[in-house]
Amino acid sequence: MLPVLQIGPAAIQLPGLLLIAGVWLGSMLAERGARRSGLSGEGVERLILVGLASGILGARLGYAARYLEVYARDPLALLALTPVTLAPDVGAAIGLIAALVYGQRRRLPLGPTLDALTPGMAAFAVCLALAHVASGDAFGAATDVPWAIVLWGMPRHPSQVYELLAALAILAFVLRLRPGTPFPGYAFGVFVALSAAARLVLEAFRGDSVMWFGTLRAAQIVSLVILLAALAVLRRLVHPMAGAGR
Amino acid sequence: MTHAPASWLSGGRGRLLMATVFVLGSAWIFITRPVEGAVTGGAIPSPRAGFAAPEVDLERLEGDRVRLSDLRGRVVVLNIWASWCPPCRAEMPALQALHEQRLGQGVVLLGINSTVQDSEQAAREFAAEYGLSFPIALDRDGEATRLYQVRALPSTFFIDRQGIIRRVVVGGPLNPSVLETTVLDLLGEGG
Repeated sequence: MLPVLQIGPAAIQLPGLLLIAGVWLGSMLAERGARRSGLSGEGVERLILVGLASGILGARLGYAARYLEVYARDPLALLALTPVTLAPDVGAAIGLIAALVYGQRRRLPLGPTLDALTPGMAAFAVCLALAHVASGDAFGAATDVPWAIVLWGMPRHPSQVYELLAALAILAFVLRLRPGTPFPGYAFGVFVALSAAARLVLEAFRGDSVMWFGTLRAAQIVSLVILLAALAVLRRLVHPMAGAGR
Repeated sequence: MTHAPASWLSGGRGRLLMATVFVLGSAWIFITRPVEGAVTGGAIPSPRAGFAAPEVDLERLEGDRVRLSDLRGRVVVLNIWASWCPPCRAEMPALQALHEQRLGQGVVLLGINSTVQDSEQAAREFAAEYGLSFPIALDRDGEATRLYQVRALPSTFFIDRQGIIRRVVVGGPLNPSVLETTVLDLLGEGG
């Protein structure tokens, strides 16, 4: 684990650097995917930019809204270059809405666009896992398996390595899929299903899970719901006329 | 129309797949539910969010001692610094302002000078220069620096009333909004 690279007086946050690399790599792959799908590479690149910029702005405003008193006193704090004062949930919602609106305005077809974005998202997931390896976040549960790593005071499952291996396998799989084949949205649906399945399985080895109902891991329940939903949507898309004539 | 290459999704096969995923997924969630304590780091001292703050027992500039466990029940902002570190200098006024603003509200600012890589004299001059009135402890042998795995200066640890680290900020200068909102959050949790 190497969360901080100290270069002279500068403390470089390695996980942050890896996430930025993930955004860059993801955008590059998405643009390539767009061209393969016959979409405008520039349009998809701008869609990512709009989503990211709106997401970051929304996350900062969402955070400031929770602490109006502090930000009213010091409005310049809105411009602070720190990832700590962000509300990720608000940012994700606003980024998603902005990207959807932009996509509609640019008349980007939903299914092919999502397929074009899929390799980029899978590459970002790999960088996210690498960021977890660097930071030691998303750490494993205590264990005595022979491959346990000593982290945060005790031998633990190397959950970050499990996450990285799963992300690499999913990336390798989605890179083999041809955009729009067998139908638009397939690659994205399969990516979502595989990612949810991986989280459902691997969350069992995490030591930092949020619990629901006392003993159940929240991420596993959410992952199972997303996995089933992704499969249901894929089934719906594979039978485009199903239900319409009934 | 059914897209042939995705036949694993269609008809009875697709329904069977979904049912299997539901049953196996639910069983996996149930079987792998954690034993008590397996997913909480709170009991183990480690310098990261979610874990118990490692104990430090250090001499203050004034000569008496300060022990972190004695501050239990209050929100603690533990800031590790050195006098030669520019971001440490830059953030010190914000720390002092927070100390003055939250005095008597259950918040303790604890500055730890990483004396092992600084000097006591420099720490004294630094505290006088910035008019620091919150406790400054001296880490002469580097024990606190080691326990808190300080990789960059300054490093700031926000510790809740139960002695659990809730947020870590490595490097600086710390934005005053981070200081204020984090402390407000921890104060809002009650005791």
